[in-house]
Amino acid sequence: MLIWIIFAVMTGAAVLSVLWPLGRRQPPIFADTAGAKSLYRSQVAEIDRDLGRRLIGSAEAEAAKAEAARRLLRAAAVETAPTGDSEPSLRRRRAASAIALSCVPLLALLVYGAYGSPSVPDQPLAARLKASPAGQDFAIALARIESHLAANPTDGKGWSVLAPVYLRQGRFEDAAKAFAAATRHDGPTAERHAGQGEAMILAAGGVVTAQARESLAEAVKLDPANARARFFLAIGLEQDGNIPGAVSALKALLAEAPADAPWTGAVRARLESLQGPSDPAAAAAIANLPAQDQAAAVRGMVDSLAGRLAEGGGTLAEWSRLIRSQSVLGEKPAALKSLATARERLAADAEALNALGTLAGELGLQEAAR
Amino acid sequence: MIVEIGHFALALALGVAVIQTVVPLWGVARQDPVLASVGPAAAIACFLLVSVAFGALVFSYFVSDFSVENVASNSHSTQPLIYKLTSTWGNHEGSMLLWVLILVLFGALVALSRRSLPARLRAGALAAQGSITVAFLAFTLLTSNPFRRLVPAPAEGQDLNPLLQDLGLAIHPPLLYVGYVGFSISYAFAVAALIDGRIDAVWARAVRPWTLLAWTFLTLGISMGSYWAYYELGWGGWWFWDPVENASLMPWIAGTALIHSTVVMEKRDALKVWTILLAILTFSLSLLGTFIVRSGVLTSVHSFATDPQRGLFILAILVIFVGGSLALFAWRAPLLRQGGLFAPVSRESALVVNNLFLATACATVFVGTLYPLALEMVTGDKISVGPPFFNATFLPVVVPLLLLLPIGQSLAWKRGDLLGAAQRAQFAFGFAVLVTIALLAVTRGGPVLAPLGIGLGVFLVVSAFWDLGERVVSRASGAAAIWSRARGLPRSIWGTAFAHAGVGVTVIGIAATAWSTEGIGILKPGQSLTSGRYTFTLESIAPRTGPNFTEEVARFRIRTGEREMKPVESMKRMYTARAMPTTEAGIRSDGFSQAYVSLGEREADGSIAVRAYDKPLVLLIWIGTLIMAFGGALSLTDRRFRVAAPRRAAPTSALPQPAE
Repeated sequence: MLIWIIFAVMTGAAVLSVLWPLGRRQPPIFADTAGAKSLYRSQVAEIDRDLGRRLIGSAEAEAAKAEAARRLLRAAAVETAPTGDSEPSLRRRRAASAIALSCVPLLALLVYGAYGSPSVPDQPLAARLKASPAGQDFAIALARIESHLAANPTDGKGWSVLAPVYLRQGRFEDAAKAFAAATRHDGPTAERHAGQGEAMILAAGGVVTAQARESLAEAVKLDPANARARFFLAIGLEQDGNIPGAVSALKALLAEAPADAPWTGAVRARLESLQGPSDPAAAAAIANLPAQDQAAAVRGMVDSLAGRLAEGGGTLAEWSRLIRSQSVLGEKPAALKSLATARERLAADAEALNALGTLAGELGLQEAAR
Repeated sequence: MIVEIGHFALALALGVAVIQTVVPLWGVARQDPVLASVGPAAAIACFLLVSVAFGALVFSYFVSDFSVENVASNSHSTQPLIYKLTSTWGNHEGSMLLWVLILVLFGALVALSRRSLPARLRAGALAAQGSITVAFLAFTLLTSNPFRRLVPAPAEGQDLNPLLQDLGLAIHPPLLYVGYVGFSISYAFAVAALIDGRIDAVWARAVRPWTLLAWTFLTLGISMGSYWAYYELGWGGWWFWDPVENASLMPWIAGTALIHSTVVMEKRDALKVWTILLAILTFSLSLLGTFIVRSGVLTSVHSFATDPQRGLFILAILVIFVGGSLALFAWRAPLLRQGGLFAPVSRESALVVNNLFLATACATVFVGTLYPLALEMVTGDKISVGPPFFNATFLPVVVPLLLLLPIGQSLAWKRGDLLGAAQRAQFAFGFAVLVTIALLAVTRGGPVLAPLGIGLGVFLVVSAFWDLGERVVSRASGAAAIWSRARGLPRSIWGTAFAHAGVGVTVIGIAATAWSTEGIGILKPGQSLTSGRYTFTLESIAPRTGPNFTEEVARFRIRTGEREMKPVESMKRMYTARAMPTTEAGIRSDGFSQAYVSLGEREADGSIAVRAYDKPLVLLIWIGTLIMAFGGALSLTDRRFRVAAPRRAAPTSALPQPAE
């Protein structure tokens, strides 16, 4: 609040300083002739002084004075009479005041509004360093730990505090190093190994590298129930192409999960994306059914997907799957309807719309759609 | 909150600058003195607001407020206080703010000089200046905002570029900017005169001090930059014909021409159109310099940020102000009243010749600087235009100019006497020839150009004061009379003499570089390297820790002949925050000469590569520029207005001697 009062005062002062000359009673005059007069008079005086000092001769002084006089006449000739307090002059003054009154605050607020941060306080370093640890900002706390560790690099506990922070900040390589340092100086724990593995995977752009796998295996060796290590090991299996292995590993993880474990959502999502229609086990089961039941089973799956998507949302992949299935089942109207809905839902995503267009062309849905 | 107040003040300044542009212009157009009187008030308000903004930024550097992005990327908590403060303009955003601050400072000075300026000219000039302020404030606020905040604030800054962590940064940019921006006043006066359609000796008198002031500061700024490069970069060179250097040299040359042509205008009411054009061109070249340096067209220590958006913005400013003013010039200049005729042999003709030479010299630098850039843009070929080009084009223009200078200086106004002027120059010329011959004899086998150049320099120095001496001494008798006569001479005449002598001193320093020698060797402690007159002995190499760097210090003993000089230290530094190495040359002055040593790579066996130079008379280069600037300042203190009087024709017998 205080800052806005200050801004208001500043704006007022700025506007007033511009308005002040407009409100003066005695208008100044364009004193060109007066200026020129005094100028040329001083010039003549100067010529006299030079003459007195014998810097120039008398003939030259006369010539110079004549030139100065000619200039003065010329300056006076072009002078126009100054305007007084005429009506148009007053109107102009009012217009100029209006411009100043509107333009200055408006421009300032516009520009400051776009680029300013009125709510951010000053943060001089000395004050930040002095602040009590509770009220300290995060960066300073981090800097403290870092400088502490730079001085005492064997403080494993310190490293174990720092490592997850780096991981959250996206400094994956630093995180991996910090986890390793914590293990080295304070002994191995499952969490440290698992964290190191995760940091290595993230540093490698999501690829479960051999080193990461070693780390994760160490973690599982120390604590067979370590969810993080097991999850990433399962991802490793998936990346190897061992989908059934990955699915069963994730299922086992889910089965053993405590009811309130916050990570079950992530595991379940992963599991679902692994299964789906391409789930080889489910596909094999349907293939084994008699032809009639097979169609019914497929239809049942498609319907359930359609029902779920009808309620709202849906990703491009899900919509594509639905449209493709309906088209393959020969339900062209339903496929067209789904296509239209999908286009509506994904209208904001140009790439998705493109993909839908391609899909429609591929399935021969395009002409009918028009 | 202080940061935000600064930011808001800058935003307010933009609004006030718009008023400063629009209302006085309206006043001039409608002959309304009340509207015109808004100009000075707005200019002063603008200066106060930008000062608050600049103060806020300096403050946030002072307290290391890393929540300001600009501070976080260009400062560090372990920097010494002086560098914390100079960091304010050691980066793109902050230096733009300094640019704007100096711009509005000049605006406020014009606003305050009510006595010496006609009101209409002042109002028009303030309007033109206001438009420049609007453009650069908008540029600063929209594309280079120094007050951008970082949330959350980092705990430590990224440090200033180590090359800039030097006292030079405290001096060079402010001086240079006062020079660059000072020419904006000449430009604003020119635009005002064109809009008003009136230009006369009053105009010339009004512009002259501003131009002189800008020129004096630009001289000092360029000179300081050159000396900084000489000792900081460790190559032993002081001028590289680098585009950034040329960008500052071009306005200097044009400004030099402008100073001389305004004299003609003031005294003879002539050369008006040309002077107006020069005023426009000089500031245009300053803007061009800003564009070249800031747009990222080229990379150097000066190009802090390469952001194409900024480049486009500055290009737009350049096009609007240069194109606009030239269009205005094309439209209004024919309406200006032409001045009187010249006699072919007169001071004014000599000054026209001076202007022709300077304009040509400026054009050669312009071509040499911009042609490679244009070629690279069009064809993608990179060519490098270096000293050979400029030696072949710039020197042939400048040397005749310098040879003619003493003769022009002693010619009288209106109708000069060429023979008399030549006679007056002949003693100085003869003396210079003697010096040259003596030097040639002493340094037989050495480079011939050095003695010739020194001869030219001596000619300039001696003739600069010969003329004065003749005037002071010949008519007076006794020391007291000489003194009083010397004091009686206008200060601008003394200023001219000093400035021209300064040129001569610089020429001597430049010529003597032909004698400089370089020695390269790999030394272990105890070993020596000889270069020219100096023998450098490496005493020791030891590590040392500075506030925000670690360094290896090599200590050298220097001997010349039988004389032992004070030892010197040369350093290789590593700035920890940026992990950037720099070298600090070790320099020991010996009279006007310098012994210069700089370090190269450290070898595995403990030895170190060393380059050692003998730089005879090198200090004269910068001392000469200081003398030039002193001359400018001296002339600046002389605000008298004179008409041309052919002094030389004064009949000495007709009048009795004054009893002084």
